[in-house]
Amino acid sequence: MEISMNINGDDVTMEAEPRTLLVHFLRDHLGLTGTHWGCDTSNCGTCVVWVDEEPVKSCTHLAAMAGGHRVKTVEGLETADGLDPVQEGFIQCHGLQCGYCTPGMMMTARALLDKDPDPSEEVIREAISGQICRCTGYSTIIRSIQWAASKERETAVSLEGSPA
Amino acid sequence: MQVPAPFEYERATSVDHAIALMERLGDEARVVAGGHSLIPMMKLRLAMPEYLIDINDLTEELQYIRFTEDEVRIGALTRHQQLLESDELAAVFPIFRDAEKVIADPVVRNRGTLGGSLCQADPSEDLSAVCDALNASCVIRNTGGDRVVEMHDFHRGPYETAVIEGEMLTEVRIPIRPNSSSAYHKVERRAGDWAVASAGAAVTMDGSVIADGRVGLCAVGPNLTNVQPISDALRGQAPSEELYATVGQIAADNANPATDTRGTAAYKTHLAKELTVRSLRKAVERATGQA
Repeated sequence: MEISMNINGDDVTMEAEPRTLLVHFLRDHLGLTGTHWGCDTSNCGTCVVWVDEEPVKSCTHLAAMAGGHRVKTVEGLETADGLDPVQEGFIQCHGLQCGYCTPGMMMTARALLDKDPDPSEEVIREAISGQICRCTGYSTIIRSIQWAASKERETAVSLEGSPA
Repeated sequence: MQVPAPFEYERATSVDHAIALMERLGDEARVVAGGHSLIPMMKLRLAMPEYLIDINDLTEELQYIRFTEDEVRIGALTRHQQLLESDELAAVFPIFRDAEKVIADPVVRNRGTLGGSLCQADPSEDLSAVCDALNASCVIRNTGGDRVVEMHDFHRGPYETAVIEGEMLTEVRIPIRPNSSSAYHKVERRAGDWAVASAGAAVTMDGSVIADGRVGLCAVGPNLTNVQPISDALRGQAPSEELYATVGQIAADNANPATDTRGTAAYKTHLAKELTVRSLRKAVERATGQA
């Protein structure tokens, strides 16, 4: 079947079997290998992408079901202005070692900060509770997200305070 | 790589369209909503439907939480996240927020639905016990119209419901009763896992006595979404620790868990008892304004 969706701002149309999972559609059909394929059982969360601004586990989502929707992957985080503050936070605070869980962690973190610009540690822990990291012990991931949140708040304050 | 067996995909444009498709395609067709039970089953080839009917576009018809004077009506496509976040729902039925906090994880809750959970009828699934404790009923639609089935008759056993070929669950109706409240307690090995065991309780008070009480258990055996002997033991009784201990023992006596990687049968039986006590105590505290 023909599947069309908007990925990171670009309209894409591709032939794929109805049984194609979104994670494989992104990686194998479109070459967007930033999204990682992990446990295949919706436990580990490395395959998290957004469908219409909502984080979903793309190993448990048919590409066909995303047809006509907006999908955002880790490749879509960076803008013309540079890296997303969440990406910067992961660099600044050593939010990754092997990097396997990182794309999913960052997509969930971005969605969280869009909803809640100043999340408590508890809220961050809950937000990423469906995602598994086997390297960092989560502390540096949480610090990375806090770093991004604090950077965004500072930017927001300085923009407000700047002369018109 | 786990990939489902081949199937044909159809996207429903209305509930009537979905039902017409199911009527035409017969028992080889399955409805997919959030897909977080069905797609894993398909990946393991435990389910191999020939046709998949996607109802995710039917938000207007199937995704809502509506309050009337004496009833809450929840559309089958309402997602876990919406059930968790609804302050109005938590105010009337706090058991929903108790349970939703510990169902799967936040990303899964963005997709999974109430209707999907009930129709999957997994004995470890939480919402069947929640809905049965609340004495809910289910609206099932077919080409002839709607029929309403009480939750207890809806849930026929592990992976079996009252929904037959050519039908779909469209709505869950829960009666609102004054002087009532509810609670849910679950023990899990780690965030997002299935329950080792869990128990949900709902009570309606009449002055200082329990007029009506219901307890549903999860993951400790089949057909325990409502434990009728517990309701019989609670009726007309004043709440006390002795009463809770008595019904906790009834829960343990009715539990029939299997030893597996989540725990031994003895441990799960103990949990059935203890979680029944805690849920009932909490429900009564809430109903009488002590919590």
